[in-house]
Parts: sequence; C-alpha cells; structure tokens
Amino acid sequence: MEYAAPTTVDEARTLLADNPGSRVFAGATDVVPQMRSGRPEPSVLIDLKLIDRLMSVTHDNGHWTIGAAMPTSELTSNGEFTSVFPGISEGAGWIGSDQIQNRSSLGGNLCNGSPAADSVPAMIASEARAVIAGTDGERTIPVADVVTGPGQLSLADGEFVVEFEIDDPPANTGDAYIRMTPRTEMDIAIVGAAVRVTMNGDTCTDARVVLGAVAPTAVRVPDAEAALIGSSLDEAALAEVTAAASAAANPINDKRGTIEYRVQVAGVLAKRAAVLAAERARA
Amino acid sequence: MEVSMSVNGDTQTSDVEPRTLLVHHIRDTLGLTGTNIGCDTSSCGACTIHVNGESVKSCTMLAVQADGTEITTIEGLAGDDGELHPMQAAFMECHGLQCGYCTPGMVMAASSLVAENPEGLDETAVRQGLEGNLCRCTGYHNIVKAVLAVGDTA
Ligand SMILES: Cc1cc2nc3c(=O)[nH]c(=O)nc-3n(C[C@H](O)[C@H](O)[C@H](O)COP(=O)(O)OP(=O)(O)OC[C@H]3O[C@@H](n4cnc5c(N)ncnc54)[C@H](O)[C@@H]3O)c2cc1C
Ligand code: FES
Ligand code: FES
Repeated sequence: MEYAAPTTVDEARTLLADNPGSRVFAGATDVVPQMRSGRPEPSVLIDLKLIDRLMSVTHDNGHWTIGAAMPTSELTSNGEFTSVFPGISEGAGWIGSDQIQNRSSLGGNLCNGSPAADSVPAMIASEARAVIAGTDGERTIPVADVVTGPGQLSLADGEFVVEFEIDDPPANTGDAYIRMTPRTEMDIAIVGAAVRVTMNGDTCTDARVVLGAVAPTAVRVPDAEAALIGSSLDEAALAEVTAAASAAANPINDKRGTIEYRVQVAGVLAKRAAVLAAERARA
Repeated sequence: MEVSMSVNGDTQTSDVEPRTLLVHHIRDTLGLTGTNIGCDTSSCGACTIHVNGESVKSCTMLAVQADGTEITTIEGLAGDDGELHPMQAAFMECHGLQCGYCTPGMVMAASSLVAENPEGLDETAVRQGLEGNLCRCTGYHNIVKAVLAVGDTA
C-alpha cells in the first residue's frame, strides 16, 4: 500500500484515476479500524486532509459550504453554523469522542455508507447537496442520493466528495437530531431521527422527517412530513408522525435492538425531534 | 516514506511504511512507550496523544499523516526539571489511577479537555469529555475528581 497527500482537487482526481484500487480518506476513523480488522488494503490511500478546499467551512451567497474532510469538531464548534443548524451539529457531534471528532469528517461519515451514520439524517433534512469531483469535472447531487445501501455509494470509480452545500433556511425554521444508543461512545445508533420544520406562528408550513439506522440507508418519511404540514404539532398530528415513522422503519434485528423495539423507538424519536425542532423554529 | 515531526519538542525524521500506525511509530521507532495500546478498534483511548495541541487516538492515524505536525506524548507533559504537569499531579493526589494502564491516555485527554475549556468544567462536562477513554479499574470517580481539581481552577 502506498500513501499520497495531494494538495489540490485536481491532483487528487488524477491520483484516483491513475491508480486502480486506490481510495480517498480523511480522518481514517473508519478506514484504519476496518483495515486492522482484515479488510483489504487499497493500492494507494489518498489523504484528502491537505487540500484546503476540503478543510474549510464558509458562508456566502445564501449557502454554507463545508469541506468534506474537515474535522467534525471544527463544525460543531462553529457557533454561527450551530445556531442555524443545531440538528446537523448535534448529528455531527455524536460521532465518537473528542479524540475522534478532531479527525472524523462529514465526507467520511457519509461515504463509509453506514445506515447509522449520525450526521446524515439531519443533512438530508436540510436538503444538503454533495459536490462530487471525478474524471469529467464536478457535479452536484443531493446528499440523499449518495448512499444506495450499506457500504454502497452511487459514486463512480474515480469520484469523491469535495464539499457539501446547504442553503440558508427560511425564517422561523428549526432542526433537531435525536439518536438512541444503549451507551454513548463506541456505540452505534439503534435509531436516529432528524426533523426540520418551518413555522408560521403556530402552524407548520414545511417539514422534513428523516430516519437513520432503521433501513439500508437513511430514509425520508413523507407521511410524517404530511402530518406535520398545516398542523400546530397538536397531539393528533404528533400521533400521526409517530405512526408514520414506525411504519417507515424497516430495521434489522441485532444484539443492540430487536426489530419490534427499533420500530417503536423510531416513532417516539421522530415525535420528540419534531417537537424540539418546532421549539427551535419559534425561538 | 520519509516523515518528519516534532515529538515533545525534538524533530524526529524517520523512514516509515505507509501502513504504520502513528502509535506503533511512537512506541517502536521512537521508543516512547508511555503511550499505551489497549484495543484494536480505536475504542479505549489508551493511545491518546496531542497532535498540534488537539487530542487524538494515535491508533486512528497513520504515521505518514503526522508528517509536519507537532506531537506531545505523556513523556513530554512534565517540565524539563521533572516537575509534574498539573494534571499528572492531580491524578496522583486524587488517586485517579490503580493499575495505570489507561492513565497516560486519560491524562492526555484530560489535559486537552481542560486547555480547551478555560472557562472551567463541571462534572458532566468532564465525564462527557472523557467518554473516549476506558478504565477497567477505578470506576472513573477519582479520575473525574482529579480532572475537576485542575479544570475548576483553570
Ligand atoms: C471509537 C469510535 C466511535 C465512533 N462513533 C461513531 C458514532 O457515534 N456515530 C457515527 O456516525 N460514526 C461513528 N464512528 C465512525 C466514524 O468515526 C465516522 O463515520 C467518521 O465520520 C468517519 O470520518 P473519517 O473522516 O474518519 O472517515 P475515513 O475513515 O477517512 O473514511 C471513511 C470512508 O469514507 C470514504 N471517504 C472519506 N472521505 C471521502 C470523500 N470525501 N469522498 C468519498 N469517499 C470518502 C473512505 O474511502 C472510507 O471508505 C466512530 C468511530 C470510532 C473509531
Ligand atoms: S489503542 Fe487506540 S483507542 Fe485503544
Ligand atoms: S487504572 Fe487500570 S485501567 Fe484505569
């Protein structure tokens, strides 16, 4: 295995194209443990952390741009970002302990392809886009379209994520991400729920509900969104959200939670995240 | 590959294989065995060091990724005259260790936690800040006490 540390997107693109079996990486907090547990080594590990464009967060022209390889601790400690997207910050903040946070990236969290990746549901709820570089230049797709199954991506050979874009939310919008784990560090969400709502007074005018860890990829729950829109998040509406989220959950059975348990928790967390997001939207 | 890093203030240049983990480089090549290895899943925190002032599990970094960085290990924490770092002194004072295996990683994580929170820390913040470090002996209670002893007066 070789190691390469390009300093520009073009250099990284060329390295990836010229070396079959090569792989980009950032914090290595998934890659290194995976290699140590016996996954085959790539031919070349291409470190993305020396490319400035992938290591910064900026806000202009009505949207945020977040470098795909930037440490998540830098995002969660960005006060302005966190005040606008508390839910995304919560999700990113769940990734491991402080030591992991100083290395782990949003690009790695997404592209590792885990259905339980904690930063992903809230990114989808804010309709974040991924800017992808490949041999033919760059293209932009919804974050929701990057992962197609556990460990499976829609990216072609030679492609990698450069940065994420998120539009400024409309006024009176709030988001929230809540996850359930038996423990904290070193544990993986049994269920994660992200909700983003826009309120007009007491009435919800827009909503996105996204569940993590209960299906092969993070999933949006249109029935829960429909129940929220037009409601004042009254009990009847929240009961519909709970039922819709449970119905959308199609989880696995494992040592951390049974199917029955996960289905029920999905409903409860979606409801709680909706209430919290609405509180933030009104604040 | 040739890599060069400042380790506890000394520039160290060595030839490393790309797959070498930073923790192995520190222990085996540089001979600084204070940094422990307690797991192979990046879970235990025994290998915690500071890279450019921030705490990192040195088993999740490749040595080649540390090229050009400034590294502090437990050996570099005490003063040149051997005077203990306040966090080391507090662990001793508060009985924050038993077998001592987790201690280098705990002290490194705790010292960066305190440095990053100059406004002070409460117990919840300390427990949360150290959640990446496991201890099989102490039950954490005296570790938290030691960190608060330093963090409260920081
Ligand atoms: C102790 C511990 C606790 C953890 N806890 C959590 C947790 O609570 N929640 C959670 O979600 N995760 C957790 N993780 C997993 C991991 O830390 C996260 O998924 C992290 O965000 C990965 O980021 P990275 O930069 O380290 O990824 P890397 O390991 O560098 O890469 C991960 C994968 O993504 C690919 N990749 C990386 N960047 C790009 C890119 N820009 N474009 C295309 N592909 C790319 C790599 O090829 C690799 O396949 C934990 C890990 C550890 C070791
Ligand atoms: S040896 Fe690094 S976390 Fe356990
Ligand atoms: S003192 Fe023994 S593991 Fe912590």
